[in-house]
Amino acid sequence: MNYFPDEVLEHVFDFITSHKDRNSVSLVCKSWYKIERYSRQRVFIGNCYSISPERLIARFPGLKSLTLKGKPHFADFNLVPHDWGGFVYPWIKALAKSRIGLEELRLKRMVVSDESLELLSKSFVNFKSLVLVSCEGFTTDGLAAIAANCRFIRELDLQENEVDDHRGHWLSCFPESCTSLISLNFACLRGEVNLGALERLVSRSPNLKSLRLNRAVPLDTLQKLLMLAPQLVDLGIGSYVHDPFSEAYNKLKIAIQRCKSIRSLSGFLEVAPHCMSAIYPICGNLTFLNLSYAPGLHGNKLMKLIQHCRKLQRLWILDCIGDKGLGVVALTCKELQELRVFPSDPFGAGNAAVTEEGLVLVSAGCPKLNSLLYFCQQMTNAALITVAKNCPNFIRFRLCILDPIKPDPVTNQPLDEGFGAIVQSCKGLKRLSLSGLLTDQVFLYIGMYAEQLKMLSIAFAANSDKGMLYVLNGCKKLRKLEIRDCPFGDAALLEDVGKYETMRSLWMSSCEVTLGGCKSVAEKMPSLNVEIINESEQMEFNLDDKQKVDKLYLYRTLVGHRKDAPEYVWIL
Amino acid sequence: MENSVAYEKATELRLGLPGIDEPAVLSSVKNNKRPLHDEKSGENGKSGQNERAPPSKAQIVGWPPVQSYRKNNFQQAKKSESECGGIYVKVSMDGAPYLRKIDLKVYKGYPELLQVLENMFKFTIGEYSEREGYKGSDYEPTYEDKDGDWMLVGDVPWEMFITSCKRLRIMKGSEARGLSCSGV
Repeated sequence: MNYFPDEVLEHVFDFITSHKDRNSVSLVCKSWYKIERYSRQRVFIGNCYSISPERLIARFPGLKSLTLKGKPHFADFNLVPHDWGGFVYPWIKALAKSRIGLEELRLKRMVVSDESLELLSKSFVNFKSLVLVSCEGFTTDGLAAIAANCRFIRELDLQENEVDDHRGHWLSCFPESCTSLISLNFACLRGEVNLGALERLVSRSPNLKSLRLNRAVPLDTLQKLLMLAPQLVDLGIGSYVHDPFSEAYNKLKIAIQRCKSIRSLSGFLEVAPHCMSAIYPICGNLTFLNLSYAPGLHGNKLMKLIQHCRKLQRLWILDCIGDKGLGVVALTCKELQELRVFPSDPFGAGNAAVTEEGLVLVSAGCPKLNSLLYFCQQMTNAALITVAKNCPNFIRFRLCILDPIKPDPVTNQPLDEGFGAIVQSCKGLKRLSLSGLLTDQVFLYIGMYAEQLKMLSIAFAANSDKGMLYVLNGCKKLRKLEIRDCPFGDAALLEDVGKYETMRSLWMSSCEVTLGGCKSVAEKMPSLNVEIINESEQMEFNLDDKQKVDKLYLYRTLVGHRKDAPEYVWIL
Repeated sequence: MENSVAYEKATELRLGLPGIDEPAVLSSVKNNKRPLHDEKSGENGKSGQNERAPPSKAQIVGWPPVQSYRKNNFQQAKKSESECGGIYVKVSMDGAPYLRKIDLKVYKGYPELLQVLENMFKFTIGEYSEREGYKGSDYEPTYEDKDGDWMLVGDVPWEMFITSCKRLRIMKGSEARGLSCSGV
């Protein structure tokens, strides 16, 4: 290894792109560590509190692309208070002060202020790509700064963020000289946009491949945009409401037919379902179809649309598709790899229209299925066993039965055996979410068989500490464990505290762990931050170690306690 | 291996709880009822875990686990839908010379709607029952739904009805009776 000059090794390392592999390479020896760190351009940080921006900058001076994740996953479901943390500002400030030539920033579940966006836009001359997923804290003013100042911007991708829409002219802020856009996604914005500015922007962006519009973009603008950008590969339609006999509709049909490259279709945020036939010409080439924000599309119209999509690999849909509709998917979409079925009523008040039958049909018809998110009315062990046999390639299996402790309705048994079959059959399973009536037994199976499992989500399950222990002892590759409303207490938490250092994080809410137990973990493991979120007023007066902890979030870190935690978060 | 026995048990199709020989009531697919908590603790032999049982669905924070962005979007969509004005549908009656139009949004439920129809066309509708439709009159209120099928008014929940109803038709005589036969 010492016989190769550094440049050769560097050249070899160029071919090593996965973060995991690069991390491994850096551990081989001191000289490899050095070469690797100088040549590293892309860094992924799964928990923004595990490291500081200063240390990151010191180690990787050649950094060009940074991915950061902030809040724990359960923040998506309102289990984490808004101001818990995950602020990106300190990162941008530190990077701006340094000599880092940042080109790409990807953030998930972070708090992003307009101030941060403005600083970002002014600090990095070659900044090219901003991707914000499930973030909050900014307004369209921040977007205006990005548009105005990032001269070489290629990608502005906003996915499912809560943005305060000042109905701005942010789109008009892209200067005339900006012609480099490849990807523009503003589907999550709720306000009006300047349609003229949008048309002009698209007309001067010959490299535009991905365009996702918001609800405020009407059909006739869509038609004009498609005429300007027939090279699009990914399209998100905003409003699709019109009269099938209108001139606008005819023009749209012509425009769509010119778009022979579209492989990904989403949106339909407002839809008139009787006009879907204009879309049929592009359906045959689609590999990704996302109709999960289009409740207006269901029944026969939906079936007909899907029947045209023979090459589909990923389908995101609402449960109003029904078991029957899933049967159509099973017959049509033989290349299907990923299926997500969301509830039409996300508050769970209604009856989900899909059951185990739909899932079994898809598993039988789509042997390449490897990723599932399925909200349903009910599930049976028999169905899960069948699915496990039909599809042994699952990497992600997330099942959500709307009634969280519902047993198998046919046998009235817990779903232990069904999920057991899944983990035993799917040897490559990396992510699993459980629901329904479950005892300690299912965790025995998971500990025994789920050797590749990295992330496990548990709710309203188990009978005792044994459940959690099976998992901690068995799943050697476990990185993220999130638990709510389970009877796991201090005995389980304290059994093997060393394990948590091998994981990214552990979340436990409404379980049986006590303040004393958490303190014990913190004492034994200084390399972990043990955070208690206690929103009740009791907190001030009751420091009793026997007190049950509302929410526990612990994670490994190299930089000790964070300084930006709000009052109600105790770091032990 | 424990697993194969469990497998057989799981795939064994039978009605009723394991360990009991006579068939119990088969819960229907659409049954949304919570399992009885005593059964649960009886099965597993563990007591004291029933406090685990969550409160009614509407009260569980963060359940179902749907992203708050998606939930907010749903509320937005519902709001703009409701602000959109009324749901006007044509009403025809067999034998009547012309049609009428009514706004379904204005009514709170089936009794009110049927009352209005009776007044509008000067006839009486019979008693509704799930099994036999409308008895005691020559007329049956029917509607065309989004899929183009003709349905008997009253079978589905009101909210579902007003969003799927495209037009109403008050059928008379033998045609009417055909529709109400529960021979589906």
